[in-house]
Order: sequence, then C-alpha cells, then structure tokens
Amino acid sequence: MIKEGSHQINREESVISITGLEKSFDELEVLKGVDFTLYRGENVAVLGKSGTGKSVLIKIIVGLLKPDAGEVLVLGRQVDKLKGRELDALRLRVGFSFQSSALYDSMDVYQNLAFPLTMNKKNLTKAEVDHEVKEALDAVGLASKINEMPSDLSGGQRKRIGIARTLILKPEIILYDEPTSGLDPVTSGEINDLIREVQERYNTSSVVITHDLTCAKHTGDRVAMLLEGRFSKVGSFESVFASEDEQIKSFYNYNFTT
Amino acid sequence: MSKPGSRPYLFTRTIDSFLTGLSDAFAFTVRFFKEAFLPPFHVREIINQSFEIGLKSLSLITVTGFIIGLVFTKQSRPSLEDFGATSWLPSLIGIAIIRALGPLVTALICAGKVGSSIGAEIGSMKVTEQIEAMEVSAINPFKYLVTTRVLATTLTIPILSLYCVCVGLYGSYINVHFEEATGIISFYQNAFSSVSFLDIYTSVIKSVVFGFTIGVVGCYKGYNATQGTRGVGMAANKAVIVSMFLIFLEEMVIVQVMNWFRHF
Ligand SMILES: Nc1ncnc2c1ncn2[C@@H]1O[C@H](COP(=O)(O)OP(=O)(O)OP(=O)(O)O)[C@@H](O)[C@H]1O
Ligand SMILES: [Mg+2]
Repeated sequence: MIKEGSHQINREESVISITGLEKSFDELEVLKGVDFTLYRGENVAVLGKSGTGKSVLIKIIVGLLKPDAGEVLVLGRQVDKLKGRELDALRLRVGFSFQSSALYDSMDVYQNLAFPLTMNKKNLTKAEVDHEVKEALDAVGLASKINEMPSDLSGGQRKRIGIARTLILKPEIILYDEPTSGLDPVTSGEINDLIREVQERYNTSSVVITHDLTCAKHTGDRVAMLLEGRFSKVGSFESVFASEDEQIKSFYNYNFTT
Repeated sequence: MSKPGSRPYLFTRTIDSFLTGLSDAFAFTVRFFKEAFLPPFHVREIINQSFEIGLKSLSLITVTGFIIGLVFTKQSRPSLEDFGATSWLPSLIGIAIIRALGPLVTALICAGKVGSSIGAEIGSMKVTEQIEAMEVSAINPFKYLVTTRVLATTLTIPILSLYCVCVGLYGSYINVHFEEATGIISFYQNAFSSVSFLDIYTSVIKSVVFGFTIGVVGCYKGYNATQGTRGVGMAANKAVIVSMFLIFLEEMVIVQVMNWFRHF
C-alpha cells in the first residue's frame, strides 16, 4: 500500500505486536489488556489523556519496564525475555525519544550525539563520527548549535536534539514520547514535518505519543486512542473521531474549541 | 496480586523497609564487583573522574591538613613539656597523623565534597531520565556511571590521604621548627622513627575502604533517587550522612582488627 507521501507501508509485516498487555504499579492498574500492531513503514499516533499509561506502554516496548502479563514482540523478539547483549542489540534497532528530552546535561550537543555512537561502534574514526553527528543535526535543522550545552537551548531545540540523538543510531522503529508538547504551533508544525521526513528518508516505523490532534493527524497513518488502559479505537484519524463515544468526542472538542 | 494495604510485614513497616534498603545496597555492591571486572572498562572516564575528585578536594585538604598538624602540635606541646619530653613531639605527631588523623580527615572531607556531588549528579541524571536514555541507547549506565566513579574514589582517596599526611606533618614541622629550630630532615626522620610498616599498611587499607565507601554510598543514593528535584537534594544529603557514619564504623573495626595483628 502506498500513501500520498513516498513512504510504503507493508501490512504483511508487523514490527511491533502486542497482545493482552497488562501493567500495574502497586494497586494502580495502568494498562488492562492492550492489543496493538505496528506495521513496517507505518506511523501510528497514540492519543490519550494524561496519566493513561502512554509513556508506560512505550517504556515496556523498549524493556525499561516489565509487563505483568501479555506478550510484547518487537522485531520478532519477546522483549521482556531478553537480557544483556541481546537486549542491547534490539535496543539499537529501536529509537526512543523522551518526553523530557533527557539530554545528558554534562555534555554539549556534539557529545550528546557522539556518545551513543562511539559507545556502540568502537571502530568509527573521528571523521566518521563528525560526519554522522553533522548529518543528524542537519536532519533536525540545528547544525549551528553543535557546541552549545543543553541548558542553553530552548525546550523545542532540546526536543529536536533529542530526536537527532535517536536518529544517529539509524533505528528501524522510533518511539516518540510527546514530541510537540509544550511547544508553539509553528515549532510543533516543524516537528510534525520532521517526523514525516524521518519516516520517508530512513524508512522507519514509528509510534508517536501525543495530546495534540494536529500532530496526530499530520504524523499518524493510523490513530490509536488509549482509554482506560485499552486501545478502544484504532483506525484512520477520521474514522476514530467519527465515533460517538463521549470521551473521544470530548477529546476532540477540547483540542479544537479551546 | 498482593495489595499493599494487606501486605503482611515481617516486623514493622520501618524495620522492613530498612532491611529491604540494606539488601538493595548489598545487591548494588555485589553488582559493582560483577561489572568492575568485565570489559568495557571506560579507563578514560575513570581517569577523568579521578582528576575531578582530586581537584575538587585538594585545596580543602591542604588547608585542613596543615592546620590540623600545626594546631595538634601546639596543643600537645605543654603536656610533653611537663615531662621534659618535647623531643618526642615529632614521633608522637607522626603516629597520630599517619595512623589516624590523615586517613580520617581526608575521608570526612571527601564524604562531604565528593560524596555529595556524586549523589547529586547521579540523582539528577536519574530523575531527568538520563540514565534511562543511556539504557535505551544500549549503554550500560551502571558500568559507565557507577563502576567508574567507585573505582575513581577508591583509587584517589588513598592518594589524597597520603597527601594529607604530608601536609599535616609539614604543619607540625613549622611549629617544631619555630620552637626548637629543628631541621626538616631530622623532623621527618623523627616523625617516621616510631611508625611501623604495619601502621602505613593499615593506613592505606583504611583509605581504600573509606574511598570505596564514599563512592558506593554516593552512587547508590543517587541511582535510587526518586521524586524529582527534592529527591536529588535528599540523595546528596543522605550520601554524606551515611558515608560519614560508615567511615567511623569502619575506622573502629579496622583499628580493632589491626590491633589483633599487632599482638601476634
Ligand atoms: N515507575 C513508576 N512507578 C509507579 N507509578 C508509575 C511509574 N511510571 C508511571 N506510573 C504511573 O502510571 C500512570 C501512567 O503514567 P504515564 O507516564 O504512562 O502517563 P502518560 O499517559 O504518559 O501521561 P502524560 O501524557 O502526562 O505523559 C501514572 O498514574 C503514573 O503515576
Ligand atoms: Mg507520558
């Protein structure tokens, strides 16, 4: 299947496949049976109110948290069963862009990007590392900030550097945690474009977590709505918001009428 | 699934959480030994950290060591004078500084300066998700952050201790020199005359243990920080309190053990 962009979605091949996923913290049940599939080349936007467990879901996908029940297959591997080298090998193929950017604040922008690269590929020369860093920074349009410290950047710039740091390892899947939250509409728009561009240029599959319907509409080939620990609606943007469900409707109305 | 409200406690809630903390800390220390001997070793990061630790505490150790040597000599003089034994002063000071004061003062200063900064640094990396960011980029944060820092404190604090001993003896020499016009060579000869090999050995062992304690406690408190910025402050604070407490405890135990050896 080919969409209007140049990216291709292969509905035969799933890169993430989750069935019956449950997760609670003490008495707080966060995920109560999540089923989800991400196909190769596809972007899925995950919507949901604050505190519904969107971040928890993607942290389980990269193995930062362990599921209580259910099966999580990422690129054919059962994440929660992997350890050490095997888990690291999988994580190199899955990029994770943090809600808080999580830049290393003792390192400048160059070192932030070079660090994951040099730690994982020991035999790269300095020139090769420089080249990769420059390419990733160019992709997010911040090549001029290469020698700045993260504390001197704005929130939007930090987000973009965080995305560049994810891109530098050339992952097949990228998980974006609220890439546009707290940003002005123009910068949000730029990040939306960036997410699409990355998908097309590097042929990645992505999960984009967001509260922002413009972002969901723009970046998602499909939209999934996380309500009360389950994906209650999954489908195209239009089909999800055509729903009569009160919670979905109120989500839509708040976004577009306030 | 067990609900926290109904969870039975082994003793009381406080004692239980204390014991859990103890076993966590033990597991943390065991993990250090497991990871320290496997590659990659991050030698450059160990050296960086060692320099940072050394530079951070050097000035304070210099001042404190010097003053302690000077004042201690001044204060001990009258009581030796009563016996007409001021010529014993250098060897008395030598024993005191090498056996006890040097390593202890260095460790306490480093617990304050280095322990708190390790706790705060790792704690803030924890609460701002930088440690998770390392994990998802397939970097072992325990190895990169914890092992390097613990090795750095374990290596650096004995060196700082030695330096503190030298500066302390120099402070003492200044006093002796002005009172008795003793030359520096004969002062140091006297100072070391009653110090045995076992004394120096014990002193080094103590410093190594203190250094290890400061590193492990700082890293442990930082690595387990929670609750945002408040947690960072708490981690730094607890790192200092716990490591100081342990340093005194270890001082007592090591001195006891070494005294047994002395009697053989
Ligand atoms: N490590 C943890 N320990 C205990 N509780 C947690 C932990 N991580 C998340 N939670 C709880 O799980 C719930 C879901 O958290 P999560 O961060 O996934 O929300 P979210 O959907 O990402 O919200 P937001 O849009 O605000 O980021 C929250 O109630 C949170 O308190
Ligand atoms: Mg979140």
